[in-house]
Parts: sequence; structure tokens; C-alpha cells
Amino acid sequence: MARILQFTLNGRARNDAVPDNLLLLDYLREAVGLTGTKTGCDGGECGACTVLVDDAPRLSCLTLAVSVEGRRVDTIESLAKDGHLSAVQRGFHEKLGSQCGYCTPGYIMASAGLLRRNANPSDAEIREALGSNICRCTGYVKIIEAVKHAASLCAAGLTP
Amino acid sequence: MNEVTPAHNIGDYVPMVDGPEKVSGRAKYTADFVVPGMLAGRIFRSPYSHAEILEVDVAEAARLPGVKAIVTGADCDKAFGVLPVARTEHVLARDRVRYRGEPIAAVAAIDDATAKEALRRIKLKVRELPAYHTAQQAMAPGAIALHEHRPHNLERDVLFELGDVEAAFAAAELVREGIYNCAEVCQNQMEMHAAIADYDVVRDRMTVHASTQVPYYVHLMLAQILDMDMSRIRVIKPHVGGGFGCRTETLNVELIAALLARKAGGCVRLVVNREETFITHRGRPETDIRLKIGMRKDGRITGVECECIQRGGAHSGYGIVTILYAGSMLYAIYALDNVKYIGKRVLTNTPPCGAFRGHGTVDVRFAFESLLDETARGLGLDPFAVRRANLLQALTFTQNDLMVNSYGLPECLDWVERESGWKARKGKLRRGKGLGMACSHYISGASKPVNWTGEPHATVKLKLDFDGSIVLLTGAAEIGQGSSTVLVQSVAEVLGLDLSRIRIVSGDSEVVPKDNGSYSSRVTFMVGNAAIEAAQNLKALLIAAAARKLEAKPDEIECLGELYRAGAQDKGLSFNEVVTEALKDSGTITVTGNYSTIPQSHGGKKYRGAAIGGTMGYSYSAQVVEVTVDEETGVVTVDKVWVAHDCGKALNRLTVEGQVQGSVWMGMGQAMSEEAAYHDGLMVTANMLDYRVPTIQDSPPIEVGIVESIDPHGPFGAKEAGEGSLAAFLPALTNAIAEATGLRFNNLPVTPDRVFAAFEKRARGDKANGGGIS
Repeated sequence: MARILQFTLNGRARNDAVPDNLLLLDYLREAVGLTGTKTGCDGGECGACTVLVDDAPRLSCLTLAVSVEGRRVDTIESLAKDGHLSAVQRGFHEKLGSQCGYCTPGYIMASAGLLRRNANPSDAEIREALGSNICRCTGYVKIIEAVKHAASLCAAGLTP
Repeated sequence: MNEVTPAHNIGDYVPMVDGPEKVSGRAKYTADFVVPGMLAGRIFRSPYSHAEILEVDVAEAARLPGVKAIVTGADCDKAFGVLPVARTEHVLARDRVRYRGEPIAAVAAIDDATAKEALRRIKLKVRELPAYHTAQQAMAPGAIALHEHRPHNLERDVLFELGDVEAAFAAAELVREGIYNCAEVCQNQMEMHAAIADYDVVRDRMTVHASTQVPYYVHLMLAQILDMDMSRIRVIKPHVGGGFGCRTETLNVELIAALLARKAGGCVRLVVNREETFITHRGRPETDIRLKIGMRKDGRITGVECECIQRGGAHSGYGIVTILYAGSMLYAIYALDNVKYIGKRVLTNTPPCGAFRGHGTVDVRFAFESLLDETARGLGLDPFAVRRANLLQALTFTQNDLMVNSYGLPECLDWVERESGWKARKGKLRRGKGLGMACSHYISGASKPVNWTGEPHATVKLKLDFDGSIVLLTGAAEIGQGSSTVLVQSVAEVLGLDLSRIRIVSGDSEVVPKDNGSYSSRVTFMVGNAAIEAAQNLKALLIAAAARKLEAKPDEIECLGELYRAGAQDKGLSFNEVVTEALKDSGTITVTGNYSTIPQSHGGKKYRGAAIGGTMGYSYSAQVVEVTVDEETGVVTVDKVWVAHDCGKALNRLTVEGQVQGSVWMGMGQAMSEEAAYHDGLMVTANMLDYRVPTIQDSPPIEVGIVESIDPHGPFGAKEAGEGSLAAFLPALTNAIAEATGLRFNNLPVTPDRVFAAFEKRARGDKANGGGIS
């Protein structure tokens, strides 16, 4: 069965017919074409598919598309404003929080979620917020530096 | 006069040139290319470890509406493999299956659900054969051969003795022996394997997007498997989500996609899931090591004997090279005069192993540095002192003819000793805490490529046109390690230009020059040198044009990047003016830069396979690891790591730090939690929860010291930075645990249950040396 799904995706209203069993991840990637959100595992293991639902990090691979009815969903594609990278995006780029880049959208969305609720997180709070994401390249050291750099950019006025 | 100076970037912290795409979601990986009308591919895999195939019945699957093509072993009788001497793997099993998960058939259908349903309708009839899941089982008398040309399931039997090991042990003050076991580990790179194959029926051309480290090898194998002329094939490597060695050979994913696409006459996307990525992993083999070291009172190593058995899995892959590296790379880090090495690469009914980061060197280095510590302790020597007693001195050739041009290990030792506060803290930490150290090394590219053609080792092209932009064309595979960034930096540095003048195109065989690919840490050294030569050639053309325009001699022209002038009083020409003048000769300018290794680096002929291990430059690493061990739970916490890496010259300090931290951390995963475990040949850890990689919560601060030995042949003096620091973590950890607990762990990974069991055993007063604990 399919139903009409109405919600806000990256600031724009959507109004799509979606099958009941379609995952939000597959909806984003295959139906809408927002391939920034990544598939890294067979379900709920790696965090690469993290998006924000009403500002809270959510694994889109464990979320049915129809369950975001009436909600606000933000993906990695929503962060840059007028072409300018957001604070978290700059943090990950400038501090090498991203190497191969495959886990990066998930980390950036989880970090943006963190900074939206906590503008000045401690190391421990960063580790906790990113504890369910896996990165295979960095050893995490520069990811923590990236989030701290992003927090300082936020303090200077950038959005997360 | 305005102060005009050329732009410099070498040695700076330079964010990656492709970073903006990666942080904005615009970077496209293979699975991200959605082609309208493309078909979905799925693979039917063997549920048996070892069986003779009697029948693969696809008739019912083929009748399912929406199924466009089915391929089986009958569709391709050609075999593939990365080593020209070991091309024996079939894309789809033909007469036999040799591991659980081996591809037998594949389907292309209008959507994924149809493809999945088709797989359910494929019927397989087999006669099961005895399966060997360990090296010992496979080598046992009477075991049938997995491959008929490899009796006793020995893929390669290596034996060499250089010097006189028996006499060396007799001359030693102390001889120690240890038995070690390292579990099989998987790369578990974040992007699962994917390929999109698009067959143009009208032109008989094949285009394949592949998540690979080696587009050129994929190109070769596609031609072989498809029996197509190479000129009809195009390979595109988009962004790649990590590799760590699992993609340094052609995988059956891209080959199956191509077979399906040709049969269906269209475009097929084949994306395997995480479980499939695990069960076909090409990781580091389970390794058993028996090691013996003889040492004099002053710490000098008199002799080494090493026996190494690798459970290689069901196909050759890189196996022969892996078992040779394990022996040859005993050398080139310390001065050794007497070494005996016995290596056995065994074919087993488990997934084929491959060239995991630190290829061949890691497990032997773990054993060596562990036993070195134990032997030193037996003689009352400090771990640093014993390593300093055995240092090399560059320039030198090792006993097995490996050329060592630059050697920063002494400075690495000094740095980690100082920064960790070793002298003040070693042996004085509270109960349950410990400090351990170890060293490791790695090559900067194999001096002889596995596919020897006589061409230069690397070729880079630069295109300069009317717009003043320089396009760098390279086949070097950017897989997240920063190869594109370092090549752009190298060209910019030579020309004195800002990085923004240079665009890079990599990984499309239609456009870029061939490159052997990203493996064995070859790109910075080899392709970097080719990029420098190309930039120098371009600079010479620009200087000649400027000289002509300024009516000066070329050697009077000063190149300041954006300004070319004849002496300080000359107002000179802008870069764009020089380009305009230069184009008058030839129109669009293209220049080439090449690089080849020198024959002295090619290794020797003292034993069969002695060329393996030869390189232009070895990187060196020293590490100190600080741990806390909880005796109640067996949990080991790594509090901090200090690592010093000799990369010759850090071309980009940011990416060098990132590579070194990533290596150390990957070593930590192998040492502490990662293990591919099997039940009756079925991998039971084929997901990211059971195959435990350390999370951010488990991972320590890693402080990096960069040591610059300035290699005489390296690009700007550089050597590799992405592999050499992995191996040292493993023994540094167990050496630290030995101090913290008095227990030595010779079996990896050192999981909490193993530590807990060791504490229990000690509490019971059990002195037996079980589970690798002494």
C-alpha cells in the first residue's frame, strides 16, 4: 500500500505518494535523489544515514518514510546556506574530520544536531553524541577537533 | 616594487582539495549514480564451504517477469586474479565452490525486489566435499586440494636462511621463543562494494563505475573476463569510501556487473550489502607465528628464526606476495645478520584474504616487537635501549638486498620517549596501569609493480589552456587518503602558484593516463615525483615563452608564480600573459611527467621472491601506548598514544597527521576487538555490531610527532605516511598490558573476556601457558 506523505524536507514542502514499507533512507536516495545520505550497513550499525528529524538525529535506515508525516527532516544537502558551508561542514573540512567522506554526512548531521541543542559541548558530550557513528579512516581524533572548531565558528555567528 | 613571491604550500596544513564535496553531500560514490532505467543486480552465493557443483538451475528464475539477465559460471570460462602467476579465480564458480559466500550466479532485474525473488528461484545441486576451515586442517595429510595445481593446499612455501642462524643463537646471551596468533581481520571500509556496468550494444563498448583502488587492474580484468578488446572498455572510479587494501585487486562485483550488463544489453547497478562485503572481505589472514630471537648482553640481536603460517582463504589473490612480505620485512628496520624464515600460505575454505593496510608486515611485526621486549627484559634492558642497540644507518643495503636510503627511526624513538615522559614514568605507574612501546615500518610503493609492463611506474599529464587553468590528469585513485590533494600541492609548489589554479581529474580511463593504483603506499612517492617532473616541464615551457616575450635569456627569467620577470627591475609578465605567449607555439599545452624506480631498489635474488619488499623509501614509526586494565572486568582502556612517524617530509601536515592517527587506530581495532569468526565456515561476525571496530567512546587521544628524514629520492623528500604506523600499535599495546598486569598476551585480539580469563587463571594459581598467556 502507498499513501500521500506530507512533510518538510530541507525547508521545502513535499507531497509524495510513498509505499508504506519504504525506508526514509531509500526515499531520500532513490525517490528524491538526495544521495548525500549514505548506506553503510544492513541496518542501524554505522550511523552513515543519520538525518535530523525536528532537529534530533535519526537513523534514516531504521525509519519508515511515512513516519515523518508532518515533521521537519534535514539532510546534509540542507546545511550550506547560499553556497556557504555551515559551521559543522567547515569544521570537518578544515580540520580533516573527513577523509574518504563516506561516513561524513552522518557525522555532520549528528554534530549539527548536537550543536543545535548544545552550543558548547565538552569532549565527553561530543563523544557521547557521536558514539553510534562509525568512521573507519580518522581514528576520531580529528572528528572531535572538527566539532570543537565548528562550535567556535558557531560562537562567531555561523549556523551549525 | 611590489613584493611578489611565489606561493608555497609544502609542509603546510592543507585541507583536502575535494573536501567541500565531501562535507556537502555532493561527492558521488558508485552507488549514488542513479541512471534512469538501470537494472538492479543481485548475487546468488554458495551456502556451502566446499562442494562440487552438479547443477545450477536458473530456468524458474528466468521465467520471472522483470528478470532481464541471469549469468552463471557457464557464461564465463576465463579466470581472474591480481598476480599474473595466480589467475585462477572464476567470477562465478564453475565446477566447484570453495567458500561460503562465493558467487555462483547473478541476476539483473527491473528492480531489487524482483532480483531478490529471482535468487530464491535458483536451484543448486551439489556434492559436498570435506571443508577445511583452518590452515592445519587444509595442510593435514590426505586433505584434498582446493585447487588441483596446489597439492597439500600450499599456495606458497617460502624458505630462506641468510647468515648462520644456529651459530647466531649459540653466540647469544639469551635466546627466547614465542608462539603468536593473530585473528583474521577485515577492512570493513565504510562504503560497501558497488559497481555500475553500462553496455553499449551498438558500439560494443563497456563502461564500468567501480569502487576500486585500482581502476587499471579492473580494466585489465574486465578485458580478460569479457574477452573484449581493452580499447572498448572504460573504467570510472568515482569517490571511494575507503579501501585499506580490500580494493587493491579486481573484485568479482565489478566483473559480475559487467557480465550482467552485456547479457542484458543495458545498465546494471550492483551494490552488495554489509554482510556480503564481510563474507568476501580480502582482509588480513589469520596468522600463526613461531618466533625465536637471540640477543647479546648489550642488546644486539644475533639471530632470528620466524615461521609464519597464513590461512589464505579459498583463492590466491595477493597470497604469494603477502607471505613473502611477512619474511622480507623482518628486515629494513633493524640491523639483522642471521635470519631464517619459513612461510606457508595455505588455501582454506574461507573467504580469500588480500592486502590489508600494512600488507604482510603487521602480524610478524607484532610477534617480533613483543618478543624483542621479552628478550630485553630477560637481559634487564630497557625497551628503548634494545631498539637503539640494533639501528641501521642509511644509506645501506640489508642482508636481503633491500635499499634503505633514509632512516628516521632514531628520531622517532627520541620523540616518543620524550613526549610520553617514558624515563620518569616507566615502571612507576600505579597498579593496573602500564606503558608499552614498539616500532614498525613500511614501504613507499613496491619497486616492481605486480603487473610489470616496462612502462614508467607513474605518469602524470598537465594541460594548460587559454584560460590559464592547469588541469592535472592522473589515474592515481583518490580513496580518501588525500592523493589528489598531494598531487595538486606538488604541481602548485613547483610553479609557485596557488592551489586554486589547478584542477585535478582522476580516475576515468577515457581521460587520464594509466596508473597502477592506490596500494602499497605508492602514490605520494611515485605519482608525486611524476607530478613534480610534469610541473618542471611545464615551467620550462613558460619560462621559454616569457624569455621570448621579454627578449631575455631563459636563465635570466625569474618565475614568481603569478609573475615572470627578467630581473628585479623588470615589471615582468603576469601568468596569463605568459600563457598567451606560450600557446602561440602549439596551442593547448600538454606536458608529461614520469617516474621510475631505480634498479638498486628492486630487491635481490638471494631467494625466490626476494624482490618483494623492495622500495625506494621505508617509512618508520615508533609508538608509546599507555593503558589502564580493570582487573574486575578485564577491560583494557587505552589512555593515550604517542606516535612518531618518519615520512621523509610532510608535504601536508594535516593529512599526514590524519593518516598516522587512522593507522594507529586501525591497529588498535585489530589488537583489541576485531576478529572475523566462523562457525563451520560461515562468518558469524558479518555485521558491524559483532565485528567490533572501536567507537569514538573507546578511542584515545593520539599525539603525532612528524619526523622528517628527507629522503634523497622522495618528492620534496617525502615517503609514505598511511601504513607504517599501524603495526607498532599491536605490540606496544601488549607490551603495555604486560607492565600493567604481569600478563603477556600473544593472541589477538586482546578482548576483555581473554583478559578476564587470564586473571581468573592466575588467581587459581594456574601456571599453565594456555591461550597465549605467559
